[in-house]
Amino acid sequence: MTALPQSTEKKLGLVIDLDTCVGCHACVISCKGWNTENYGAPLSDTDPYGAEPEGTFLNRIHSFEVTPPDAPPMVVHFPKSCLHCEDAPCVTVCPTGASYKRQEDGIVLVNESDCIGCGLCAWACPYGAREMDAVAGVMKKCTLCVDRIYNDNLPEIDREPACVRTCPAGARHFGDLGDPGSAVSQLVAQRGGIDLMPEQGTKPVNKYLPPRTRDRLPEPPANLAALCEPSTEGLSGFLGWIDRTLGKI
Amino acid sequence: MHRQPALDLSPPVSDEVRQTTCYMCACRCGINVHMKGGKVAYIEGNRAHPGNKGGLCAKGSAGIMQHLSPARLRAPLKRVGPRGSGEFQEITWDEALQTAVDWLRPLRETAPEKLAFFTGRDQSQSFTGWWAQAYGTPNWAAHGGFCSVNMAAAGIYTMGGAFWEFGQPDWERTKLFILFGVAEDHDSNPIKMGLGRLKARGARVIGVNPVRSGYNAVADDWFGITPGTDGLFILSLIHVLMGAGKIDLDYLIRYTNAPYLVNGEDGAEKGLFLRDDAGTPLVIDRRTDQPAPWNGPGVQPDPGAEWQGHRTVLHHMAARYLSRDYAPEAVADRCGIPAPRIRALAAELARVAFDEEITIDRPWTDFRGQRHERMIGRPVAFHAMRGISAHSNGFQTARALHVLQILLGSVETPGGFRFKPPYPKPPEGHPRPHAGHSPGQPLDGPHLGYPLGPEHLLLRDDGSAKRIDKAFSWENPLSAHGMMHMVISNAHAGDPYRIDTLFLYMANMAWNSSMNTTEVMRMLTDTDGNGDYVIPRIIYSDAYSSEMVAFADLILPDTTYLERHDCISLLDRPICEAEALGDSIRWPVVEPDRPGHEGVRPFQSVLLDLGHRLGLPGMLTDDGSPQYRDYADYIVNHQRRPGVGPLAGWRGADGTQTGRGAPNPDQLQRYIDNGGFFTDHIPEGAQFFKPWNAAYQDWAVDRGLYDAPQPYLFNLWLEPLAKFQRAAAGHGSHQPPDHLRARILETLDPLPIWYPPFEETHLDTAEYPLHALTQRPMAMYHSWGTQNAWLRQIHGHNPLYVSGQVWLEHGFQPGDWAFLISPHGRIKLPVARMDALNPHTVWTWNAIGKRRGAWALSEDAPEAEKGALLNHLIHELLPPRGDGQRWANSDPVTGQAAWFDLRVRIEKAPPGGPSQPAHKAQKSPVGQGPTRLAHQTKA
Amino acid sequence: MHPAPSLIAFTVFSGLGFGLLVFLGLGLIQPVGWSAFFWFGLGYGLAVAGLAASSLHLGHPERALKAFSQWRTSWLSREAVLAVAALVFMAPHAAALTFLGQPAQGFGMLGAFLCLLTVLATSMIYAQLRTVPRWHHWTTPAVFLMAALTGAALLTGIVPLAQLLLAWLALALVAHWMLGDLRFHAAGSTSETATGLGDRGRVRLLEPPHSGRNYLMREMVHVVGRRHALKLRVLALAGAALLPALLLWLWPAAIPAVLAAIMLHVAGMLAARWLFFAEAEHVVSLYYGRD
Ligand SMILES: Nc1nc2c(c(=O)[nH]1)N[C@H]1C(S)=C(S)[C@@H](COP(=O)(O)OP(=O)(O)OC[C@H]3O[C@@H](n4cnc5c(=O)[nH]c(N)nc54)[C@H](O)[C@@H]3O)O[C@H]1N2
Ligand SMILES: Nc1nc2c(c(=O)[nH]1)N[C@H]1C(S)=C(S)[C@@H](COP(=O)(O)OP(=O)(O)OC[C@H]3O[C@@H](n4cnc5c(=O)[nH]c(N)nc54)[C@H](O)[C@@H]3O)O[C@H]1N2
Ligand code: SF4
Ligand code: SF4
Ligand code: SF4
Ligand code: SF4
Ligand code: SF4
Ligand SMILES: [Mo]
Repeated sequence: MTALPQSTEKKLGLVIDLDTCVGCHACVISCKGWNTENYGAPLSDTDPYGAEPEGTFLNRIHSFEVTPPDAPPMVVHFPKSCLHCEDAPCVTVCPTGASYKRQEDGIVLVNESDCIGCGLCAWACPYGAREMDAVAGVMKKCTLCVDRIYNDNLPEIDREPACVRTCPAGARHFGDLGDPGSAVSQLVAQRGGIDLMPEQGTKPVNKYLPPRTRDRLPEPPANLAALCEPSTEGLSGFLGWIDRTLGKI
Repeated sequence: MHRQPALDLSPPVSDEVRQTTCYMCACRCGINVHMKGGKVAYIEGNRAHPGNKGGLCAKGSAGIMQHLSPARLRAPLKRVGPRGSGEFQEITWDEALQTAVDWLRPLRETAPEKLAFFTGRDQSQSFTGWWAQAYGTPNWAAHGGFCSVNMAAAGIYTMGGAFWEFGQPDWERTKLFILFGVAEDHDSNPIKMGLGRLKARGARVIGVNPVRSGYNAVADDWFGITPGTDGLFILSLIHVLMGAGKIDLDYLIRYTNAPYLVNGEDGAEKGLFLRDDAGTPLVIDRRTDQPAPWNGPGVQPDPGAEWQGHRTVLHHMAARYLSRDYAPEAVADRCGIPAPRIRALAAELARVAFDEEITIDRPWTDFRGQRHERMIGRPVAFHAMRGISAHSNGFQTARALHVLQILLGSVETPGGFRFKPPYPKPPEGHPRPHAGHSPGQPLDGPHLGYPLGPEHLLLRDDGSAKRIDKAFSWENPLSAHGMMHMVISNAHAGDPYRIDTLFLYMANMAWNSSMNTTEVMRMLTDTDGNGDYVIPRIIYSDAYSSEMVAFADLILPDTTYLERHDCISLLDRPICEAEALGDSIRWPVVEPDRPGHEGVRPFQSVLLDLGHRLGLPGMLTDDGSPQYRDYADYIVNHQRRPGVGPLAGWRGADGTQTGRGAPNPDQLQRYIDNGGFFTDHIPEGAQFFKPWNAAYQDWAVDRGLYDAPQPYLFNLWLEPLAKFQRAAAGHGSHQPPDHLRARILETLDPLPIWYPPFEETHLDTAEYPLHALTQRPMAMYHSWGTQNAWLRQIHGHNPLYVSGQVWLEHGFQPGDWAFLISPHGRIKLPVARMDALNPHTVWTWNAIGKRRGAWALSEDAPEAEKGALLNHLIHELLPPRGDGQRWANSDPVTGQAAWFDLRVRIEKAPPGGPSQPAHKAQKSPVGQGPTRLAHQTKA
Repeated sequence: MHPAPSLIAFTVFSGLGFGLLVFLGLGLIQPVGWSAFFWFGLGYGLAVAGLAASSLHLGHPERALKAFSQWRTSWLSREAVLAVAALVFMAPHAAALTFLGQPAQGFGMLGAFLCLLTVLATSMIYAQLRTVPRWHHWTTPAVFLMAALTGAALLTGIVPLAQLLLAWLALALVAHWMLGDLRFHAAGSTSETATGLGDRGRVRLLEPPHSGRNYLMREMVHVVGRRHALKLRVLALAGAALLPALLLWLWPAAIPAVLAAIMLHVAGMLAARWLFFAEAEHVVSLYYGRD
């Protein structure tokens, strides 16, 4: 049934570091590549070489500009995929039971063979995490690489999502956010990880680490010469400084 | 009520993993290619690879779409329509090769210089250069001249290596990392990984860039500098640091030419070093206050000395940089950075370099034989690329940055910048350029190199250039990478002479790699009085249906990167790390397969085949049979010097030798077994201070990087430039033409200087008030990513980003279009607003715009409808100035193309496309891609 | 939201059909024989045509049966179940009137009740979506129910009732629009909450994730110009309620006037339903620079 499980044993999810993401789209494409070959129907593209190429992606990078009142504008690259919400509205709206949340780890999945492609779950998701595949006619979403993270055919070190494995900057972290002792939970605690659109009441599992404060290079002392001995200004001062310094070497 | 289906959590992933090297860009990451049923299914990073350590960028991950691209060429092509039309006929390889031989053989026998062979982002330059040398033409180079020779040459000349493939920050230890003008760079993945590591450690990252995107977006502090003014900015930092005595004097005395005495006497020797009779530069010995050879036993140089009117290098530097002209207040407006911010940065540099000094307990011995118990480091590191180098003052700016690093004592010290083997290598360690050619003979030496004075220029007796690109001429004496961007216009003009055949490889010269693209397309199609093409013959090797393909007469179709052997060699641009030597290969993880067509062949093998047919030395055996079966055979068996070949790993008949050793027939298999690469770690005690570290020097000799130890000092003062200045002042037997004298005196300064970018002194800046830039998108590689169905969804067109100030001034609204106008032309493109941008700057993504009909895209593709190329606005010559000269839009030292000097004005345009100029479609020789994709490889 | 013709047709015609069946089930008109055949045929036809239209919108209509399974949690499933139940339970009443010339009133009442619930369920598919604040409100079921009943009253020519319902429909529409305009703001989702960057400063989309369009943008990021929307609201209100009311007031007994009123009402409701979708802002548009 599309009822949500009362609770899940684990809360597997991603922690995305907005301080570190350079917006390279690597995770977007590795996700596309992996999920085209694996879980369910391939992620298709229509008009791929034409005027309006459009395809299914489970992870996309937006770029925002943030203008603080008292500092230069900053740019934040913003990866977004399914947040595997605890109160996932996409699950409860599904008329067929195709959408469900796994009891053991909290991963929200679509069982493609049950999906009628009504699109309602995509409407119910505040984050735009679900996309209907135009060729397969079924709903697609981030699987948290459920076919990687437990896969005995992969070396243990590779049992993590494709996007996490590929991210060159190390801006994506995967783990159990239900376990306060896990590395991801610690990171969230340390860096003040946040929820997206908490007012939607979805209780997302994925967390975002906000960018660190920018543009706060300490102002120098008014007289920089205070950094060192006086009288190095000007050529003769400089040569004098050399003399004194040489004495010490 | 919860119910869930049972899932197979361990589905099979692939039948086999083949490990090779990516080539969706020049970064050379290691990849695992997952195969299903003998077909490529999925590509991920190779965790064991030293470069990318498992990470893979968007392009690399999209490799499968490149490999399956509908734009792949399928057979050799012979042009049947007019040039540019794209009308071709498929021919056999026999016909193709015979045609090439029929064109090239008579040339070699009469005038080999009439073949101009230029290669683009070729990763086999040591091979293509070797071929061209055997053929005997002086006209060979790769793309470095339009790319970043300023960076490379300034680095080599100053300190024996530059950023990029020459070295890297000490990611593990640095505490302050400053990026100048980098959007992506060749070290795409390593830089991202490095930034990630710094962030994880909480180290500070600072971006100096007019645009705050990508790497600069994650920078903790952003300096939105006005383009072309970095040199001034850096010299101002130097001003503050010297003024505060915050420079590493000990380092400067030990490892640089700071204490050398510079001849101050007017005359032929002025600006050259004072030397003793043996030619050794002199310093003032503090023990005696008298001159002594710098390397004399026990000599204690005084870097501030003045002796009989001759001053030391450091004295000259102090005299220049302590001047108020470089005070932050004096440069702030010009650079667009407030003076307190400049001081803040200088203070931060000083604080981290000197107050947060780090030491590693690793004893080492320097080349003077002195043992040091510890390695002392200044944890400040820099990285810079085309943002500073693609300007006409780029060489001096890059020099200034290197000098800043050196003054801080942070080069090759822990926490600073570190060389990667085969660097460090001073200019003296590189060859001189050669152009001695005669019919039927190989060239007299390697084409490219590092001139040390006017005597090394490649000039004919009449003073004209020996090379078609005019590299190594007075106009740009240190053009160490050649000047590919000048080849077509010079060949068209017949200046310095006419050529017969233009042979290009892997460079989209009819489009994004040329300045003034529309005009270049005209030059390529221009005919003389007889109706013959002015550039008579064009041979081109590409793997895809690019714009350039349409302009060639004969196409030699290459394979994709998953279908061929390549070597990423120490003779070229290997995959070394600061702590290890490394090289790697590509190998055919799948066989080239173009059913129903003649097929494609790896270009290097084709070149060897051509060489054999032409009878080039080294390419055929005594009995006339081919010396090398194919490129794989060459990689294994070619020896550049005895025991030294393209690959360093598993040499010697039994594969036990490293660097030097006899060819090993199993070498390629050993590479494959090891994941496609080879690494050899530098011993711990040799990992820092490499130019002066005896252990490193010995190790490098052992590995075949050098033939003898070659310790050297960094060139704060660059004597070769002083020699050119002396010549310009009328001294010596090699004399520049008069019109260049003043410019050489002004710009070829032996100490870093700043002068305004040339373009702005050739036009009215009030009429063209804005700077126009391009940036590399991280998810697209120049023109060749566009055929990729996944990547082109990310960057299918390119708006022009304008600052909030410009946006409001012109009353732009979302969805608007604009004309961007330079003295050379006008383009039309969509606009978008960006506030995190220098207010006087506009920019767009590079090379997204495409010609209709190229890349197997439909003619109404957004790349053609809404994609715009800034190149139409950039001329290879500066606007005329009324002095009768058309000056090149290049750096006066190296000839580097000054892409980023572009000045423009903007006007609101009528809404809607297509972008302009809207060129006529070229016919696609490969048809058009399918209308839907849902590719899943079946086992 | 994308105003998909299939969904507009679905909601308008199935609403009309079920509304008519409510009237028939309650016995507000009680045709017999051929006449019953015609009226029930019309009711069933509209309801089924509407449902069929909605299946056009599915990626896998052949699996539609699966949609009956999740009635405990899903309003869409409930709607499917209720629709079928309504049509089934109404059938004996329809058959009795057609073939026996007399009602099966128990089934009629039950069928009518289920028909009303079906319309309610249809409206709840939209009203339940917190992501679309304009829909997530009691005015959504109010409009759907009023529209269904008003259409039925017009179709059946019960003029006084129609007049009353037209007034209520007008009120419901106006309330839906006026209150709806405040909903997005009231829901509290902004670019700042969507990105969590609000404490830093003003947040603005710089670059969308892909240069082209995607499913989400087509489906959920639809913008109608304000002026355009206002004009359409006036037209929709006039067509769906005001003009029919005027016609009925002027010529209460004239068949052509009633027919014209029906046509106007249906056209007006189609316009109103187009607006229902087109004006509804989904919070995901915050990630695409629409706020
Ligand atoms: N406005 C502006 N213009 C610029 C720059 C800029 O910053 N701004 N940057 C300049 C710089 S630094 C550079 S390096 C140039 C780059 O310009 P180009 O070197 O022209 O770059 P590409 O578009 O990558 O073209 C390379 C060609 O190689 C082909 N190719 C790809 N793979 C293979 C292969 O495996 N075999 C063969 N034989 N061919 C292959 C591609 O199809 C393509 O036609 O652009 C320059 N132009
Ligand atoms: N993904 C991807 N990677 C690539 C390539 C690619 O096409 N795609 N191309 C490869 C090639 S051939 C090259 S040469 C390298 C180039 O790599 P980069 O050097 O990173 O090249 P650009 O993208 O041209 O970036 C130049 C940067 O300099 C900034 N800039 C421009 N003028 C100035 C200035 O005056 N001062 C300062 N401080 N900054 C300035 C621009 O805003 C831009 O951010 O990238 C390589 N890597
Ligand atoms: S992010 Fe969207 S799709 Fe994912 S669980 Fe939450 S509501 Fe569902
Ligand atoms: S599209 Fe598929 S998964 Fe989504 S609600 Fe409809 S049936 Fe369920
Ligand atoms: S976890 Fe897997 S499915 Fe989800 S975004 Fe990452 S790669 Fe895609
Ligand atoms: S791969 Fe990492 S750095 Fe690149 S866009 Fe994704 S999260 Fe950001
Ligand atoms: S940076 Fe990307 S495209 Fe370039 S070699 Fe590495 S993975 Fe391939
Ligand atoms: Mo380049």
